Formats: sequence, C-alpha cells, structure tokens
Amino acid sequence: MSITAIAMFVGIVGLTLAITWWASRKNNTASDFYTAGGGLKGWQNGLAISGDYLSAASFLGIAGSIALAGFDGFFFSLGYLVAYLVVLYIVAEPLRNLGKFTLADMISARFDAKKVRGTAALSSIVIVLFYMIAQLVGAGALIQLLLGIDYWVAVLLVGFMMTVYVLFGGMTATSWVQIIKACLLMLGTVIISFLVLAKFDFNILTMFSHMSTATEAGEAYLNPGLKYTNGIDTISMLIALVLGTAGLPHILMRFFTVKDAQTARSSVIWATWIVGLFYVLTIFLGFGAAAFVGKDAIVAANAAGNMAAPLLAQALGGDILFSFVCAVAFATILAVVAGLVLSGASALSHDIYGQIIKKGKVTEREQVIAARTGSIIISVISIVLALGAQTLNVAFLVSLAFCIAASANLPVIIYTIYWKRFNTTGAVTGMLTGLISALILVALSPNVWNPVEGAAIFVGEALFPLGNPAIISVPLGFLGGWIGTLLSKEADEAKYREVEVKAQTGISVQDVSH
Amino acid sequence: MAGKIRENINYDKIAQMESFKKLTKRKNNFLWTLTVIFLVAYLLLPILTSFTEILHHKAVGEITWVWFYSAGLFIMTWGLAHLYVSKANSFDKEAKAIIEEYERGVN
Repeated sequence: MSITAIAMFVGIVGLTLAITWWASRKNNTASDFYTAGGGLKGWQNGLAISGDYLSAASFLGIAGSIALAGFDGFFFSLGYLVAYLVVLYIVAEPLRNLGKFTLADMISARFDAKKVRGTAALSSIVIVLFYMIAQLVGAGALIQLLLGIDYWVAVLLVGFMMTVYVLFGGMTATSWVQIIKACLLMLGTVIISFLVLAKFDFNILTMFSHMSTATEAGEAYLNPGLKYTNGIDTISMLIALVLGTAGLPHILMRFFTVKDAQTARSSVIWATWIVGLFYVLTIFLGFGAAAFVGKDAIVAANAAGNMAAPLLAQALGGDILFSFVCAVAFATILAVVAGLVLSGASALSHDIYGQIIKKGKVTEREQVIAARTGSIIISVISIVLALGAQTLNVAFLVSLAFCIAASANLPVIIYTIYWKRFNTTGAVTGMLTGLISALILVALSPNVWNPVEGAAIFVGEALFPLGNPAIISVPLGFLGGWIGTLLSKEADEAKYREVEVKAQTGISVQDVSH
Repeated sequence: MAGKIRENINYDKIAQMESFKKLTKRKNNFLWTLTVIFLVAYLLLPILTSFTEILHHKAVGEITWVWFYSAGLFIMTWGLAHLYVSKANSFDKEAKAIIEEYERGVN
C-alpha cells in the first residue's frame, strides 16, 4: 500500500472524526441524536440522502455489474432512481407531517397500539440488520483487499468507526459524514467518467461502437439478457428496487431531519438529481472497466465484480486516482453503515424501549442514554453477524432488504395515509405477511440453495424458483393488510380524519411563531 | 428553532370543510394517476426486454433502443419530480388558505 493511499485513508478518518467531535457538542437531546434537531436544510438533507443511498452496492456493485453483464447491470441504476418518484409522490411529505423519529411513530400516529409499534420496529430492525450484514461483509472483503489487512480486522475497524460516529455525533455527525461522502463520491465518479469519455474522443457513438466488440459477448453486451434470463425474476427484482426505497428505515428516517414538508420535498429533488447523475455515470464506470481493465482482471480481483471501479481508476489515473477511489469507497461504506446503526437504534431504543417498555415515560436524559445503548447493541450484533458470515455469499441480502421494505413497510405506509377503513389488525397482519412471506420465499430461493457447493449458502435444489420474491411478497403484503382490516370490526374514522388533515396540511408540525 | 406549534386543533372540523375535501381529492387524484403512469412506464421496460426483442434493435449507430428507453426513464424521473414540486407548491397555497379559513372560524 502506497503512502498516498495511507494519507487519503487517514485524511478521511481524521476529517470524519473532527466532524464527530464538532457534532458531539450539540448532541444533548433525543431529537438532536435521532434527527439532528430537525434543522437540516433541503440541500443538506438531499446530499445526505444521496450519501445514505449510494452504498457500496451502488458504487462498486453496479459498476461491476455493468462491466460484467452490460445492460443487465444498468437495471439497478434505473430501479434505484425511479424509486425516488415513489418516495416523493407517495411517502415523503405525509411521513414528515406525521412522524417524529421513526417509521413506527408515523404508523402509530394513527394506531396507538403496542403491537403496531412493535411490529413496525421489528420489521425495521430486520431490514437494518440484513442491509448491514451485506455492507459489512462487503466492506470487510474490500478493505482486506485494499489495505492488505485481515477480514476480521477490517470488519472491526469499520464497526468501530460507525459506532464512534453514531455514539458521539448522532444524526448530525452521521449526516455530515454522508454529505462529505456524497461529494467525494460524485467527484471521483465524474473524474473517472471524464477519463473514460476522453478515451472515446468524447463521442458516445464511438464508445458504444467500441463496446459492441470489446467484450466476448459482442453486440449482446449492449442489450438485456446477458445475466438475467428469467423474465419474471427480472421483473420481480425491479419491483423490489422501485418500491423498496420508500420503505427503507434509514432513508425514511432522513425525512425527520428537516423542519417541514416543503423542505422534505426540496431534499428529494436534490437527491433525485445527484443520485440520477451518479447513475448515468455508472454507464461510463461499467463500460470503462470492461474496455480498459477487462473481464478477466475484474473477476480475478473479485468474482462479483466489486473491484471494477477501483481497478478502472488505476488503469486510467494511476496510483493517485486508485488510492482516492479506494478512500471514497471506504467513506461510502462508513456513511451507509452509520446511517443504518442510527435507524436500527431508533427502532430499538425509541420504539421498543422508550414507547413500548417504558410507555413513553422517559426523561430526555434517559432517552439519550437509551439511544446510545441501542446504537452499541445494534453495532455489536451486526459486527458479530458479519464476522460469522465472512465466507457466505451475502450480496443478495441488499436486495432482500429492499424486498422486505417493499413488502412489509410500504403497503402499511400507503394504507395508513390513504385508506380510511384501515385498522390496527390490518397494520399488524400487513406488516407480518409482507415480512414473513419475503423471508420464507428468500430462504427457499436459489440465492440460498444451489446444487453447486459454494455458490449459495446451502447445497441443494431451491424450492422457490425466483431469486427475488417481490412479485409475490409485495401483493401478499397488501393483501395481508386488506384481509386483516376486513376481519376486524374496528374502525376509527375520526382518527383517520385527524391523520388525513395532518398529512395533507402539515398543520400539527408548522411553526406558527413567526 | 423551537417555534410555537398550534394546539387544540379541531381536526374533524377541518376534515368536514368543503375546501379541504376538494383539495384532498384533487391532490390524491394527481398523485395516484402519475404514480400509476410512471410505474407502468418503468415496468414496461423489463416486460418488453424479457418477452420481446423490439428494444434490442439498433437505433443510432450501435446504440440500441433499450438505452433510449432508459434515457427516457431518467428524463421522466427528473421531469415528474419537478412537476410534483410545482403542483405541491400550489397545493400548499390552498392548504394554507384552508387553515386560515379554519382559524377565522375558530376565533
């Protein structure tokens, strides 16, 4: 490892720790801890959402997928981007108007029952843990490769850093780590894309014509079907991507860091532009890696293609760009896992401990202590799980997290805001049906079972044919909520009218002092 | 930033106001119509590419139609995001008028 690389890693670690130190001085209340006091501006939150969202799976994963599978890899970029329209049109503003710290707060604004809050917290924690294991295992492997340290040291290093950010800096530090990371990631991606385009004389036609012969797939590289040959499975995966984002706890939580629905709105616009531009550039990252690094070298470094972007940086910009991109990848991982810890901790400490066990009777000080304790618990659990999962192929856990979010959370969010008849029973059955069906179907899927040893977690034939069950589990989530609602006579129309007025006007959260 | 938040709001009264009912209806119609449109446009891509070959043909040079369809989805996303903002801003004005109407009725 070169001096440049060490300097850049140390620079990023130092900068983020300085931010954490700065943020720790104004991290005194539960609201500071979970939502940075609700004081972020639209552009700040937009950048932070982008930093939270563009995980290593996006940066390293999509670049690698496009490099190896051509257009099929680009499906992820499309799904992840269009998902923001669902967030903007359906979820963001009502969520801001109804919630406080967590998704469960928002659903509990309508159904004040322990079982509703508990189920919502459970589904959030499950999503966070799956997402986090995928991130940490990926991070461990990556940092092992980049820094030449052991896997377990790498996981502990990332685990330690994320715990420090959250524990001392709360949401303020986490947001700023995400903002800085989003800027660095965009910078790195723009530089690489520029260098790739320069190789093709800044002519897109030249690039495409080169790519039609550059890989062993020939012209098929520029069309779908190289990797995803099962149409239903492809559609199912794209459903999970587009609907999952609007149910991911760490993304939803970001909407509580702004003061009102208008700011929530402008932060989604910022995020849509940043994330969208990034996804356009994934084409150049992927094509560039396929053309200038080559499939053999990419697969030799990492079978899933995760090293495509860093290797491309090395091929085009030498050691300095390589070190920079590796440092950005490291920052990416830190920013995402810190956001995950925070949202896991909010479900555990605010929902389960504060609201269910203590029935909301907690002092400010107790809440802050609980939030910190919860962060440590979530961090330790995920580190232990990640250490145990080193040799497993867990990349599919990210899409599983999207699938659970789409199946368990989104139907109930939509019903809560838009369906008058919806009730407590429906909220619980909806979430449980979505959660359990997604989990069972994935447990029976080819991602978990493969006749070839080492290709999946267990050796054997899969009982369920689809890699991603969203096409079944999302309708089941909606159906579960609907049937549960009809089975119970309970209906509180007055409460719905209150929720509707709050969601549509923001009247209960507006600042009327000036 | 800690401002004063309204208290003792009569939600039933607002929910029963004609202007509120009208706003909610128009807003929801707008949101759900466009949501269905963009989801259909989005899911049509994998449906077309998985079960037909029509997007696999070359459009310009070596660039096949899938790339143009994808570019269309990007433009659609940005376009609809901005359409939402301009619509939401006008809904905001109406919501503000409704709250004022309600407060005149209360005081």
